Amino acid sequence: MEEYELFDRNTQAIIYGFQANAIQRMLDFDFLCKRETPSVAAVIRPTQGAAVNYHKVFWGNKEIVIPVYKTLGLAVKKNPKADVLINFSSFRSAYPTSKEALESDTIRTIVIIAEGVPERESRHLIKIADEKNKIIIGPATVGGIKAGAFKIANTAGTVENIILSKLFRPGSVGFVSKSGGLSNEMNFMISQTTDGIYEGIAIGGDRYAGSVLIDHIMRYEANPNIKMIVALGEIGGKDEYAIVDALKSRKITKPIVIWVAGTAARILPSDLQFGHAGAMAGSAMETAEAKNKALKEAGAIVPDSYEDLDKKIKEEFEKLKSKGKIEEVKEFEPPKIPLDFNDATRLGVVRRPSDVVVTISDDRGDVPTFATVGLDKIIRENKSIGYVIGLLWFKRELPDFAQQFIEMVIKLTADHGPAVSGAHNAIITARAGKDLMSALASGILTIGPRFGGAISDAAKYIREALQKDMNPSKFVKYMKDIAQINIPGIGHRIKSIQNPDVRVQLLKEFVFKNFKKHPHLDFALEVEKLTTAKRNNLILNVDGCIGITFLDLLENLDFTEEEIEDVIFSEALNGLFVLGRSIGMMGHVFDQKRQRAGLYRQPWDEILFSSD
Amino acid sequence: MAQKNIYEYDAKKLLATELPKYYPEFNYHNKLVVIDCDTDIEKAVSENSWIQTEKVVVKPDQLFGKRGKANLILLDASCDEMKDFCYSNLDRVCEIGNVRGELKRLLVEPFVPHEKEYYVSITSDRENDIIHFSFEGGIFIEENWNKVSHIPVPLGTDINSFDLKNKLPDLGDLEEILIPFIKGLFQVYINQDFAFLEINPFAITKDKKIVPLDVKARLDDTATFLHLDTWGNPDNPIEFPAGFGQVLSEEEELIRELDEKTGASLKLKILNRDARIWTMVAGGGASVIYTDTVVDLGLGNELGNYGEYSGNPSREHTEIYAQTIIDLITENPDPKGRTKYLIIGGGIANFTDVKATFAGIVSAIRKSVDKLKKANVKILVRRGGPNEKQGLELMKQVGEETGVPIEVYDRYTHMTRIVSLIE
Repeated sequence: MEEYELFDRNTQAIIYGFQANAIQRMLDFDFLCKRETPSVAAVIRPTQGAAVNYHKVFWGNKEIVIPVYKTLGLAVKKNPKADVLINFSSFRSAYPTSKEALESDTIRTIVIIAEGVPERESRHLIKIADEKNKIIIGPATVGGIKAGAFKIANTAGTVENIILSKLFRPGSVGFVSKSGGLSNEMNFMISQTTDGIYEGIAIGGDRYAGSVLIDHIMRYEANPNIKMIVALGEIGGKDEYAIVDALKSRKITKPIVIWVAGTAARILPSDLQFGHAGAMAGSAMETAEAKNKALKEAGAIVPDSYEDLDKKIKEEFEKLKSKGKIEEVKEFEPPKIPLDFNDATRLGVVRRPSDVVVTISDDRGDVPTFATVGLDKIIRENKSIGYVIGLLWFKRELPDFAQQFIEMVIKLTADHGPAVSGAHNAIITARAGKDLMSALASGILTIGPRFGGAISDAAKYIREALQKDMNPSKFVKYMKDIAQINIPGIGHRIKSIQNPDVRVQLLKEFVFKNFKKHPHLDFALEVEKLTTAKRNNLILNVDGCIGITFLDLLENLDFTEEEIEDVIFSEALNGLFVLGRSIGMMGHVFDQKRQRAGLYRQPWDEILFSSD
Repeated sequence: MAQKNIYEYDAKKLLATELPKYYPEFNYHNKLVVIDCDTDIEKAVSENSWIQTEKVVVKPDQLFGKRGKANLILLDASCDEMKDFCYSNLDRVCEIGNVRGELKRLLVEPFVPHEKEYYVSITSDRENDIIHFSFEGGIFIEENWNKVSHIPVPLGTDINSFDLKNKLPDLGDLEEILIPFIKGLFQVYINQDFAFLEINPFAITKDKKIVPLDVKARLDDTATFLHLDTWGNPDNPIEFPAGFGQVLSEEEELIRELDEKTGASLKLKILNRDARIWTMVAGGGASVIYTDTVVDLGLGNELGNYGEYSGNPSREHTEIYAQTIIDLITENPDPKGRTKYLIIGGGIANFTDVKATFAGIVSAIRKSVDKLKKANVKILVRRGGPNEKQGLELMKQVGEETGVPIEVYDRYTHMTRIVSLIE
């Protein structure tokens, strides 16, 4: 690459800051230009945890990855061919990051995007750049573009604009301005009045821009591919006088069309700060009029106003063309860039089937909803946990008695001492030093056919009995002869007809008082009469009672037969037990952890060692 | 974000705390009292007993110079004279260099008897910080500018090892005072991110103490974050006042606050509330060019505002900005009943979303249909950039639906041509 070039079709940049849109726009430009390699070599994301990570981007319709480094040092070391740093760090850290890049061996051009970099810091960066013969573009800029070769970050915006302004292939005009916003306007104006931009740079609106108009103009002067120069200056500062001097000393020989904006300042209050930080005339020399006049006198082509700028550019280009100085541009059709899915969705030109149907909640709006009821209402109206379970499990606002029943079941099942399998497992796991989730899960994993499972099994068989219209004695016989199992939910280790289980009594009381009908409980109590006649501890136990009364609860709500089937199929009954018992199991885990209890080991004397 | 003027009071306070760090001999009296329209003068006097015991100086502290020439400095005054001066000058309208404004802020400090007035200032350019010094300070400094020494100090120089003595004229006996003073001042200038600092004049008392008499200064406000322990203290930030006679209107204040809140840029300066032409232009560069064009077409005296929005402001912020300008243009109809013009202009944006920003503007237009019709406002639009088709279509639609006259032009119309459509 010649000294006067900053970029070519192989130039690669490192991007400081995770700017996904800018990176994708650069790659889309590359693809349009038919570059062979992406112009982004790496990204630096100082906030990321890992030393290296990977960012997915599109290359046309393919996906590729770009490495993301935590530090500039590593990014530079791993990508020695990348000689451009596009620095998106904030005005606070633009100085240290740019300085580090300037001091690296391989970075030659640094683009500083941030607006509001302290002037003294900018000046120090300029000094280092001068000493090291490096170039800074910015601060406070969008960057620039070399048509058909390399695009800095967000410059020239969308693919559509790049095509309309023919930026995917080089023309013959070198352009430079302070304003980044106007540079894109000028890209288009130049594409309409000439064969297009060769390179366009926006130096940024700060008082101390890293490189100034003349720096780029002299590069364009030296570049034989550039036939004419267009520049846009601005009120404030004396940079344009360097162009005047270069014209006078014949260092600029190519036609240069230039306009210095800010002529209106003469009728405006003297302390008015225009949009750019440097745009204020400190003396008569710094006014737009003075600069336009000096440029014109030195031989630049200066229109009478911005209105005529396009005409002057066209005129000058036509002159060059008639002199035979302009070679025909090699036009080509740029490849199509597929529409981004999100953009296409927004435009309504694509549709896609979804993978998951969710019917119980929605968190997309201002207030999350449970079965269409706003969380705000649930909190403001002090709704119960039973109410919330009704919404999320059954998609219904349950009546009060049903809410109370569910909460009662949760309380009844919350704990059953440390010796049962769930609590025991939770305790052992907690004492093995595992976290809460692991300890709780190991407890929950014991719930099944032998532990807690009687609830759903009791419900299952009693429901079947009623559906098949069995009488209690036929049911008992059926369980013994055909199912060949003990009736689930019947029988207790200690409790008996003479020594009833208070939990069962409470459930029964509640059901008799609040449920209009309770056919399953009635049936079960008939069965209990038969079984207790055989042995006095074959009573309806608490698990059975929960399962059976839950069936009665469903009978008392507006569930259809099919919906009841769905509730049972979906394991809602097991859900009640898991939910309730999790409270107790977590209690045991907390209890062990508070005590800092050590590893549990089963004593040898509890184990029979046998060689058989 | 740029270089900003600060009050003389603040500049002196900053010197009082910072200069002794580099020039310990600086033994400033630090007796400074600001009297503004709300000050209880009697209370101020009793709290600053030196006003009663010493002779004082009173002068306006509102960012304008040549106060001596304008007879606005009271010297060697007694406490009563000071009070009289305050009472008779506060709120008084006067004209300073073609700008009319009210005197709203006076600075009272001890009168320092002196024979000679010296000049020192520091400025910066791209490669240097430049010390300017003269034995002939005071109100005739401009007339005596040829007697000022200018000493460029290259950026990054350690001033303590810089041979300043050789670059200054023969300082004679004063060398031992002036060299360390100027070097100290230079370090304050650098380390506090001043962009301009002028002490004109300063005096040297009989006991060889340096006393700054009048101080003018600008700070680089982009460096605020580097000076949280001094002038950038977020709990008590230094004030960047508007120039003399420049009172921020309610609308300007609103936009300034909005600008500070966002990463985008929103600027508004009202030039003439009754004007016929108002602009709402996207981009710092484009806004200047639109303003130029209005003036070039001889319509400068009919221009209502300068302003710009850029850096991809949100839809909401754009709406507030648009509403503010619509409220201004519709405040009064043109006295001659002529059409008023709102220029919604801009170049072809790099990344500002035209659809999103225009959605904000359209929303403000919809809310102001009656006002816009009543004030006979015609809207001229020209813009390009991401989602330009949809954005311009929004504008066309709102015109068709509401009957507000809106003409919409795209990238194929020269950027400022809409200005020439003004009749």
